[in-house]
Amino acid sequence: MRVTVSLVLGSLLVAPSAQAGELSLNVELPRINAAEYHRPYVAVWVEGADGKAAADLAVWYQDKDTKEGHGTKWLPDLRQWWRKSGRTLKVPVDGVTGPTRPAGKHALNFDEKHPALAKLPPGQYTLVVEAAREVGGRELLKIPFEWKGKPSTGSAQGKTELGKVSLSAKP
Amino acid sequence: MKRTTLALAAALCLLPLSAVAHKQWLVPSSTVVAGQDAWVTVDAAVSNQLYYPDHVAMRLDNIVVTAPDGSVSKPQNPATGKYRSVFDVQLEQEGTYRIANLSGGVSARWDTPESLAAAKAAKDGKAPAAGGMGGPGGGRGGFLRNATPEDLATKIPKNALNVQVTEGIGRVETFVTHGAPSSVAAAGKGLELAPVTHPNDLFAGEEATFKLLVDGQPAAGVEIEIIRGGTRYRNAQDEIKVTTAADGSFKVTWPDAGMYWLEASTTDAKTSVPQAKQRRLSYVATLEVLPQ
Repeated sequence: MRVTVSLVLGSLLVAPSAQAGELSLNVELPRINAAEYHRPYVAVWVEGADGKAAADLAVWYQDKDTKEGHGTKWLPDLRQWWRKSGRTLKVPVDGVTGPTRPAGKHALNFDEKHPALAKLPPGQYTLVVEAAREVGGRELLKIPFEWKGKPSTGSAQGKTELGKVSLSAKP
Repeated sequence: MKRTTLALAAALCLLPLSAVAHKQWLVPSSTVVAGQDAWVTVDAAVSNQLYYPDHVAMRLDNIVVTAPDGSVSKPQNPATGKYRSVFDVQLEQEGTYRIANLSGGVSARWDTPESLAAAKAAKDGKAPAAGGMGGPGGGRGGFLRNATPEDLATKIPKNALNVQVTEGIGRVETFVTHGAPSSVAAAGKGLELAPVTHPNDLFAGEEATFKLLVDGQPAAGVEIEIIRGGTRYRNAQDEIKVTTAADGSFKVTWPDAGMYWLEASTTDAKTSVPQAKQRRLSYVATLEVLPQ
C-alpha cells in the first residue's frame, strides 16, 4: 500500500516535468557610475544552430510616450537583435516586450507554454543577451543550452553593460 | 567665389574619377532607423579625406531620393556651405531608401590652329604653354563641360580641330533602411550596385556579395576600390581592391566596422549622343558596416 502511494506520488511529480520544459534565467544589470545614466535597452532571445532568432524572450525598452514618441527609435541600437528579429517585429509584443529595468538581478522564468517557446522544437540552442545603453556602451553574451533534452546550465560574465547571466534549462 | 566652387563641383561630376583624387560622397547620419517619425540628415561633399569635408560642397540640384515604393522626391531643408551640403530625408515608408546624386551630360575638348601653334612653340621651348597643362582643357583649344547635345553645334568654334566628345553618367549614392530592409530595384542606367547582400545588412568580419551593373546588365572585369572612412587617423588609405567576375559579382569581407566608400568607373562606346565616341561611367556608394 505504501509502495503504491509513493509510486503514484512519484509519477505525479516526475511525469509532468518530463514534458514541461522550463527555462530559468538570471540577468544582472550592473550598477554603473555615470554622470548621465540611462537604463539599458536589453534583448533576450534564443538562436538556433543556423544563427537565426528562434524565440524572443524579453525586450526591455522605453515604451512610454515622450516628446520624441516611444523609445522605438533606439531599438536598432540592439544591433544583433534588431537584425535577427526586431526589424521584422511589430512591437509591443505581449509577454515579450516591457519597460526598461533598473540595475540589479532580474530572474526570468519561461515555461514551455510561453508563446515563443511553445513552437521551439527540442535541440541545441544559444541564449543571447544584448544590452545597449544611451550615451553608454553595448554588450552581447551567449550561452549554449539544450532544450527538452538533457538538463543544462550555463553562465557568462559581462564586462561592461551586463553582469553575470546564468541559465538553467529543464527538459 | 561661390560660382567658381559650383562650377568646379559640376566639372568634377563629369571627369573620370581616376583623373581626380577628390572623392565624392553622401553620408547619412544613420543607415538603420526605426520609430514613428524617422528622419536622417545627409552630408554631401567632394573631399580628399574620408569623410571630412575639406574641398568643395556637393551641389544638391541632382539629388534624387527614391522611397521603397519607387516614388522619388527632392531633399528637404537643403543647405550648401563652403565645404559641404546638408539635407534631410523623412522616411515615411518602411523599407529601404536610395539617396543618390545623379549626374549626366556631355563634355567636349578640341584644338584650334592657334592652340596647336602655341603648343608647338611651347614644345620647342619658345613660349610657355597657354593655359597650363593641368586644367580640364589641358592646354587644348577649348573645353565644354556639362553641355547638352545642342551646345555641341553652337558652342564649339567652326575652326575647331580634333574635337573629342565624351558622354558621362555618374551616380553617387547611399542606402538607408527604416524597419526591415526591402529590395533595391536597379535603375537600369549607367553603373550601379545591385545588392545580393543587402547594403544595410553589413557586419564586420562577414562577407558581403554584390553585383555591379551597366545599364542593368552585369559589368564584368571592372575594378572596385573600397576605402574605410576615418582616413585622417591612419597613415595609409588601406584600400581594398576587387574586380568583378563575368557575372558582375564581387565579394568583400569587411575588416572593421565603419563607413566605407566604394568606387568604380569604366568607359564604353554605348553613347546616346551621336557625336560622342566614348561614354564614361562612374559609381560611388557609402556603406555602413556595423560591429558584431
